[in-house]
Amino acid sequence: MNKLFVESSPHIRSAWTTQKIMLNVIIALCPALVMSTYIFGIKALLLTVICCTSCVLFEFAFNKITKREDTISDLSAVVTGMLLAFNLPVDLPVYMAIIGCFVAIVIVKCLFGGIGQNFANPAITARIVLMMSFAGAMTKWTAPFAWKEGVDATVSATPLAAETLPSMTDMFLGFRAGCLGETCIAALLLGGLYLMFIGLIRPATPLCFIGTVAVLSFFYGGCDVNFMLYQLMSGGLILGAFFMATDYATTPLTTKGKIIFGVGCGLITFAIRQYASMPEGVSFSILVMNCLTPLIDRFTAPKALGTVKPKKEGKQ
Amino acid sequence: MSYLKEFTKGLVKENPTLVTLLGMCPTLAITTMASNAIGMGAAATFVLICSNVAISLLKKFIPKQVRLPSYIVVIAGFVTLISLILQAFVPAVYDALGIYLPLITVNCIILGRAEMFASKNNVAASALDGAGMGIGFTLALLAVGSIREILGSGTWFGLPLIPEAAQEAIKPMTIFVLPAGGFFVLGCVIALVNKIANRKPPEATGCAACPNRESCISVEKAESTVENTKKEENK
Repeated sequence: MNKLFVESSPHIRSAWTTQKIMLNVIIALCPALVMSTYIFGIKALLLTVICCTSCVLFEFAFNKITKREDTISDLSAVVTGMLLAFNLPVDLPVYMAIIGCFVAIVIVKCLFGGIGQNFANPAITARIVLMMSFAGAMTKWTAPFAWKEGVDATVSATPLAAETLPSMTDMFLGFRAGCLGETCIAALLLGGLYLMFIGLIRPATPLCFIGTVAVLSFFYGGCDVNFMLYQLMSGGLILGAFFMATDYATTPLTTKGKIIFGVGCGLITFAIRQYASMPEGVSFSILVMNCLTPLIDRFTAPKALGTVKPKKEGKQ
Repeated sequence: MSYLKEFTKGLVKENPTLVTLLGMCPTLAITTMASNAIGMGAAATFVLICSNVAISLLKKFIPKQVRLPSYIVVIAGFVTLISLILQAFVPAVYDALGIYLPLITVNCIILGRAEMFASKNNVAASALDGAGMGIGFTLALLAVGSIREILGSGTWFGLPLIPEAAQEAIKPMTIFVLPAGGFFVLGCVIALVNKIANRKPPEATGCAACPNRESCISVEKAESTVENTKKEENK
């Protein structure tokens, strides 16, 4: 066996353990969870709990079967479960959500070697697999506050495809149809800013991601600020930019790389939203850029202190 | 090598799809349904047997320099034959296979067997090799196609597997019919076959690890050049 273990980067000794980082991400996601429970009813909370539990169970079972070290105590499976649930419509059948958890944890994360080794964001990939598999159920949006009226499934379109738009304040507070956790912009911003404030995520990626979509939508909509704001607040842009495009294992390490990553995500999101047959492109953009991350890292690797850039070697 | 062995090696040990990974294009493209897999497999097996026999008979007449174009002409002839037969008698299969039927001409399994086997062995062995490889190809397609059809459409050979009462609640996972699911299922089946055949990751890489090395021309060449250089060094 290999006796030299190299853990995933960064190799800096600090008080931050994986468990502590993940706990803080969970804290940052809590405001959005509370708001989504308020908007979509207790079902939203239940679906999140189911996703978290099944993610943890899948990870536990996989590590047990393959006789690997048990990693559920680092809480990363809980974060994956929460993020996945946030990307699902609230009325999704439970078995579909559990299939999503299986894809996220077993296929995307554990088969590639567990935490820090996966090349793509588990929650995003699971969402895309579900989207491709159950297109009908994954785009059946429940109208906000349907639970108060006792109606079981009031279906309405996502604002990206709807004809009448909710008001700007409703958009900001999340009183609109959409995935469970992506609607309340205020709560997501609160969580994202918290993570930035304690230094867990760097602002480069989210700013470039959201900025690129903002600039492109502004000019695409004919210099219309309203159109731009709707584009920013609808879909999963804020959730994706702050919580998924900042994942350590699947995004570039350097600031330059993070900027390229963010701009790339923004470009792809804009292109899919405006020119493709799907209304939303945030998850695809992050997955595509995840795949490009090793390349970006290679081209933005900082040169070691005191060295000269090697000249291109001629053909031998 | 006994004749029986020529036949059985194509089924699992040297399975063209799952072990030597030839013919990936039709494997991924037409395995959305189990019935397509049978149609494709049968057509390819027919062409494989016929071209192996023909090339084995002609092996002395074909100059080495133009062997590949000659093989392709022979194979293309048999592909034309089978596509006309299918069009006339089973138009449903003909329509389902579409462009992949004429593309059997450039299927690497058929060209590979012509180059690696039929051009060096007698007619009977070549025919059995073609039959074994063809059936191995069909079985692999059937396995991948069945999994993809059952999971992706909820049917098998077109028969619905989900009872009508449950169709509202249980939906098949469409992703298995899409290309991404094809790659995924193929990978899983290959892993399973490796597990069953107890194949270890090859310690040697390159030609030494290839299951076809015994019958491969380029290996002979490479080995002879190695020997030559050794001789030169000795001098």
